Amino acid sequence: MIPGPFAYHRPASLQDAVGLLSELGEDARPLAGGHSLIPMMKLRLASPAHLIDLAGIAGLKGLREDGGEIVIGATTTQQELVTSDLVAGKLPILRETSLTIADPQVRYLGTLGGNVANGDPGNDMPAVMLALDATYEIAGKSGTRRLAARAFYQSAYVTALAPGEILTAVRIKVPPAGHGYAYEKLKRKVGDYATAAAAVVLTIGGGKVASCAIGLTNLAETPLYAEEASRIIAGSALDDATVRKAVAAAEAITAPASDGRGPAHYRTKMAGVMLARALARAKARAA
Amino acid sequence: MNDMTPTAAERAEKLQGMGCKRKRVEDVRFVQGKGSYVDDLKLPGMLYGDFTRSPHAHARIKRIDTSKAQQVPGVLAVLTAADLKPLSLHYMPTLAGDVAAVLAEDKVLYQNQEVAFIVAEDRYAAADAADLVEVEYEALPVLIDPLKAMAPDAPLLREDIKDKTDGAHGKRRHHNHIFTWEMGDKDAVEAAFRKADVTIKELISYQRVHPCPLETCQAVASFDKIKGELTVWGTFQAPHVIRTVASLISKIPEHKIHVIAPDIGGGFGNKVGAYPGYICAIVASIVTGRPVKWVEDRIENLTTTAFARDYHMTTEIACTRDGKVTGLRVHTVADHGAFDACADPSKWPAGFFNIVTGSYDFPVAHVAVDGVYTNKAPGGVAYRCSFRVTEAAYCIERAMDIMAQKLGMDPAEFRMKNLIRREQFPYTSALGWEYDSGDYHAALQKALEATGYKQLRREQKERQDAFRRGETRELMGIGVIFFTEIVGAGPSRNCDILGIAMFDSAEIRIHPTGSAIARLGTKSQGQGHETTYAQIIASEIGIPADAITVEEGNTDTAPYGLGTYGSRSTPVSGAATAMAARKIKAKAQMIAAHLLEVHDDDLEWDVDRFRVKGNPERFKTMTELAWAAYNSPPPGMEPGLEAVSYYDPPNMTYPFGAYVCVVDVDVDTGATKVRRFYALDDCGTRINPMIIEGQIHGGLTEAFAIAMGQEIHYDEDGNVTTGSLMDYFLPTAVETPNWETDWTTTPSPHHPIGAKGVGESPNVGGVPCFANAVIDAFKFLGTTHVAMPHDNWRTWMVADKLGLHG
Ligand SMILES: Cc1cc2nc3c(=O)[nH]c(=O)nc-3n(C[C@H](O)[C@H](O)[C@H](O)COP(=O)(O)OP(=O)(O)OC[C@H]3O[C@@H](n4cnc5c(N)ncnc54)[C@H](O)[C@@H]3O)c2cc1C
Repeated sequence: MIPGPFAYHRPASLQDAVGLLSELGEDARPLAGGHSLIPMMKLRLASPAHLIDLAGIAGLKGLREDGGEIVIGATTTQQELVTSDLVAGKLPILRETSLTIADPQVRYLGTLGGNVANGDPGNDMPAVMLALDATYEIAGKSGTRRLAARAFYQSAYVTALAPGEILTAVRIKVPPAGHGYAYEKLKRKVGDYATAAAAVVLTIGGGKVASCAIGLTNLAETPLYAEEASRIIAGSALDDATVRKAVAAAEAITAPASDGRGPAHYRTKMAGVMLARALARAKARAA
Repeated sequence: MNDMTPTAAERAEKLQGMGCKRKRVEDVRFVQGKGSYVDDLKLPGMLYGDFTRSPHAHARIKRIDTSKAQQVPGVLAVLTAADLKPLSLHYMPTLAGDVAAVLAEDKVLYQNQEVAFIVAEDRYAAADAADLVEVEYEALPVLIDPLKAMAPDAPLLREDIKDKTDGAHGKRRHHNHIFTWEMGDKDAVEAAFRKADVTIKELISYQRVHPCPLETCQAVASFDKIKGELTVWGTFQAPHVIRTVASLISKIPEHKIHVIAPDIGGGFGNKVGAYPGYICAIVASIVTGRPVKWVEDRIENLTTTAFARDYHMTTEIACTRDGKVTGLRVHTVADHGAFDACADPSKWPAGFFNIVTGSYDFPVAHVAVDGVYTNKAPGGVAYRCSFRVTEAAYCIERAMDIMAQKLGMDPAEFRMKNLIRREQFPYTSALGWEYDSGDYHAALQKALEATGYKQLRREQKERQDAFRRGETRELMGIGVIFFTEIVGAGPSRNCDILGIAMFDSAEIRIHPTGSAIARLGTKSQGQGHETTYAQIIASEIGIPADAITVEEGNTDTAPYGLGTYGSRSTPVSGAATAMAARKIKAKAQMIAAHLLEVHDDDLEWDVDRFRVKGNPERFKTMTELAWAAYNSPPPGMEPGLEAVSYYDPPNMTYPFGAYVCVVDVDVDTGATKVRRFYALDDCGTRINPMIIEGQIHGGLTEAFAIAMGQEIHYDEDGNVTTGSLMDYFLPTAVETPNWETDWTTTPSPHHPIGAKGVGESPNVGGVPCFANAVIDAFKFLGTTHVAMPHDNWRTWMVADKLGLHG
């Protein structure tokens, strides 16, 4: 539980951070809240020679509304998502999800940027980002780019981030007022990653589901956008038969590991149960 | 008497003696973060030790190369078995009559076994170097399943003792066999089963778990070359035993070894034994001439220092048609891991497992336990229970439920019918124990009434009907258990550790001004000894508990004792405390007689003073007598007022209790919610009701953890898959249910103050109660037994097998 040797850097600007990262190459890693990276270092599963702490970069902090979008700086903490009025009013699913992440100690340090950039399929925020069709802002030595969350995740701990790049912000289109949402997570205890979890964002009009997007957590090497299941639900009245069909479609794309949370087939079944419950709760909440 | 004179009751209240909910005096420092634990100790020039450990569960060591590790800046030494062998320290004796490797020589026998010990200027250098020790292994076939350990073709694990056919407890039948231990009348049991109307048989397994104290095992060793003296600070539940063992192993005379156990952050059995870390820290200090600290991390704690349970109990009950038990037969396979390092009294290789007849009047019983080696970490400690008592309680309480189910009887009613009756005490069990006292029926009756048991059963029935109609996906289970603990080891006629009789001790010194210090051979790890021992003395000799310092854990100052585990502190040291106090009181009485110029017999005790019978205005308080003891003793009497007592208990004590649990089960996820948990405990005389309640809360929380999630799990290659708190279930306040506590009081007739010990009861009774509750939810569909832990996925599997998922 003692990390290997490393050097610590605390740049004051994004430019310096990107510069350091490209200069130091593969041996350097950005450090945000440290609540995924430092445990890995203590287990010596990660041993970066240089940590580039993002905490000193003012531009990476905070939440704001920008046109029809909410822009959340990468080093905004999970606790800030819990207490933000903007989030509570316009993106309540982020608040609900944050509250399922560990405990206040973790949430006070863990950041949204770290949570989505980490690439751990156990992290809760990525599936929500898939459901919300979020866009990530990324800065590198050669400039900035934007990438859809749905195109970001490649396999466990492998993302579209190139070496030397930093995720600077998350942009989310504000869902229509009155949308339904839910994040259902089954876990063994406080501080545990999901056995299975489902994020649902939907709108209802005329008694029918007008739009629906579903994300799944910890059920494959990457967070999953359940496209087929989302399509099945859209246009339906969320009747039992349709929900059963959507559940089957969602279960079909899962490939969880067997671990202490249960054997793979159990976790797949729990994906279905979480999805059905999330759909019911989202429906009840939709205006 | 004027009105200002306090009454006897007021004086008694001021003492804060037995029965008082006195606040824990140790908490003043603990809640301020001012406790002093081993890792708080910093000595000038102190070095740090760390281990290189085996990634394999079973492998031959072909070569060890420490050269790269030696080159890490700050590293002073890298020890391997080759360095310890010339000192005969590469193996150490265990408490169970076996030996355990300190550093692996030719073979490793479990994952994370110690292979090399690095000594460095700081923790970081030590950890860096530990990674750089190169070990070449040749993997060998791995044995994980204890039920396969004695198969003819099972791999040979212990090459070091392969020719040893005589084990510490009799003949060894197989290279992986450690001992067979038998008790009871086999033939009579066979006859009972032949005649029985109804029998049940079930393999009841209690999974391997770990006590997981918040503070891990740790030590600082400091060898003074000039004086030839060794001081060891460590997380020791039994400091004197550690001193004796250290002396026997190191050949350093016992008076030149000082063992100190400072504040301890929980033990639960994990800190009874001796570990390679202690030995290596001591050797490293002797070699370097500097103090050496060794501190386990969480993974090391969970995967290498002593585990608990791993008992696989094939259990049979014989019974009459109308529900009277007539015989019990249990055959157990006990997985001891790679070395037999069980912490039991030496003559008891399976602990007190013969308490397995529980609280029931079995006319005949027979148990046999086969201890076997596997490629797992050694241990087998009593995780918050007396030796193997939790295993026994789980076994009988599960089996009684299974039998009740087969008979179609309510499990509470079936228990009522078979509980030992009050008039049978002292009761000699079929397996040889003499239960001291109890009123079991009254306790169970009280529990059933307090929980509205009949109403709960009605509600359960309604829920089952609603479930069948498809109106709910939740089932309700009710667990009922009755347990008997056996604690206070123990009488010297049958209890010793490596030949050291299991007495315990107390020394009390009254200071001239009437305050006191008491020193004991036990060692608190959170139990609140500093508070409760003082209460016993306060009641016995009438000086306020606040005027008494209680000190434990320093072998130079404390009288010899066997330490704290198996709920033995109150039954044994608590008795010694009362006895020492009574010696002091007897001397004080003679002094009082002298001062009051009356005969000893003309005095009577009155809370905090001796007074002249029939003339209560003439008295001497204990404070006055303390002064007089030093400054004006009667002619011919030695000055001073102190006493020491070594107490060899005449019998064990037998706390008992009745628990009821109500659980709701989500059939679709397998998640359970404990709606209610009621615990009635009878621990005899209650010294501090608040501390008792705290102990029960803690023990129930551990029982909940064990029953619902804890498991030290090995995959088939021998990798531990639950080696951190990410996967080893330690509930937080959020998961922990609410506890309702209650009591009856049946004093122990043979104990000086009638106290029986309580710290471990809730773990013993709690585990089967949770298990019975979860299984009870599915009983109406035919389920009879489900193995622990009852975590979500396993519970879901039960429902799935029953076809409840459509
Ligand atoms: C006990 C415990 C329980 C937890 N439970 C949960 C849980 O249930 N659900 C959950 O989702 N999480 C959980 N976490 C993880 C927690 O939410 C982390 O805080 C989060 O995963 C990572 O955020 P961070 O800011 O701490 O990132 P860090 O740990 O600092 O970094 C994580 C990774 O992302 C990289 N990184 C960080 N920020 C950026 C950036 N802006 N650009 C590019 N790369 C970046 C780092 O280099 C590193 O590789 C838990 C953590 C702990 C300690």
